[in-house]
Amino acid sequence: MLLLQNIGSYFIMLSKVFTRFTSWSVMKELIIKELDSLIIRSIGIVSFISFFVGGVVAIQTALNLNNPFLPKNLIGFATRQSVILEFAPTFISVIMAGKVGSYITSSLGTMRVTEQIDALQVMGINTYNYLIFPKIIALLFYPFIITISMFLGIIGGYVASIYGGFCSSADFIEGIQLDFIPYHVSYAFVKTGFFAFILATVPSFHGYFLKGGALEVGKASTTSFVWTSVLIIVTNYIITQLLLTG
Amino acid sequence: MIVVEKLCKSFNGVNVLTDISTQFDKGKTNLIIGQSGSGKTVLLKCILGLYGIDSGHIYFEDRSLQKMTIQERSTLRHEMGMVFQGSALFDSMTVEENIIFPMRMLTKKSTEEMLSRANEVIKRVNLINSNKKLPSEISGGMQKRVAIARAIVMNPKYLFCDEPNSGLDPRTSTLIDNLILEITQEYQITTVINTHDMNSVMEIGEKILFLENGLKGWEGSNQEVFKTENESVGNFIYSSNLFKKVRKVYQEED
Repeated sequence: MLLLQNIGSYFIMLSKVFTRFTSWSVMKELIIKELDSLIIRSIGIVSFISFFVGGVVAIQTALNLNNPFLPKNLIGFATRQSVILEFAPTFISVIMAGKVGSYITSSLGTMRVTEQIDALQVMGINTYNYLIFPKIIALLFYPFIITISMFLGIIGGYVASIYGGFCSSADFIEGIQLDFIPYHVSYAFVKTGFFAFILATVPSFHGYFLKGGALEVGKASTTSFVWTSVLIIVTNYIITQLLLTG
Repeated sequence: MIVVEKLCKSFNGVNVLTDISTQFDKGKTNLIIGQSGSGKTVLLKCILGLYGIDSGHIYFEDRSLQKMTIQERSTLRHEMGMVFQGSALFDSMTVEENIIFPMRMLTKKSTEEMLSRANEVIKRVNLINSNKKLPSEISGGMQKRVAIARAIVMNPKYLFCDEPNSGLDPRTSTLIDNLILEITQEYQITTVINTHDMNSVMEIGEKILFLENGLKGWEGSNQEVFKTENESVGNFIYSSNLFKKVRKVYQEED
């Protein structure tokens, strides 16, 4: 029952986000601020993780290629496929649910606890639009982060393969070009778009409707991470089923 | 003037406010007092329109809050100022930005006009050399002054204060009380204050509404509160030894 009520509240919240817009002069500042908090400040951690995970994918692939008849370019091929299809869009999104999602929930939750949201409401401001809309717009730039992740993941795989002595540079480069299907990149970016929307709205819902005090802010951040991750995983499955099969 | 008529409010079937009728006068400091859980904050939030009500009416002059369209409610909100218990200042904004905020959001004034008006109210609430400071860099008393400045910057007709003295020392509390009283009289605002503070009751309680378990327990002024025979009000106001002695001295003088 509570779950149904929450789903209803989530969609009512979404409908209110796109009504009674805040003036553009104020909104553009909010969007720039959110771009900095949600996108720019995530580049470092995403780059770091992508580079090393790309390296690990390459090493593990190389270690599993025991058969001498298997070409070494499969290391590059497997790295590219893993990074573009799953690692960059999905794995990074789950990490971002922890980083960006917790940030959104705790910042909105703190505003709720300290009555800052009530203060905005008393002033007659549409708090849904003022607080949540800039986050949605900022996360439209989320595919930019995923592009960086894809690039650095493959670079990480390349560095690990070459300096680990698993294959030659030419083999790896040949591998990442092997049977390249541009549609896979489109598929990755389509799901990235859905994940961005989930990343902006689900943590916002948990922060905005928070009840209680400081302890509840912590609990809401955890709950928000769990639900955002669950929704990302389920959405990933549905989109994969729809776009890659049949 | 705000008129409340037979207001009832419940949460999940539990009555929090029952049949409350009262009137808050223009140019006066109207206090809502009562024990924790008596429904003070709920009443204030109902008047503000943050909570819907089950039955009854709330009138701002002759305008019924319940019959207002979204646009009319929005206009009404522009006439309201609110000082929250914890000040509710925006952490990431400086004192000046906090005060300018309602004007930025709700008017088309130029930056110069907004700054000029902000400096006017900053001067009025005696905030000195704090314009560029963040709320975390100033004291609780100063935060309350910023909250008052933000609440009056739009020249509101109605000022609401939720426990404006909580967390303040007695001297600062008195200063804040007097500031609210002066502003109320100077701008002829209808001020509604939710408080626990007995000093406030004595100092600025021009009109007092006492709530008890969600019901109207008593109504009067700070002059009448000394003489009331109402046991609940007496027990609430004179719960400390100091106030018991004050009452005794007052009664002996009478």
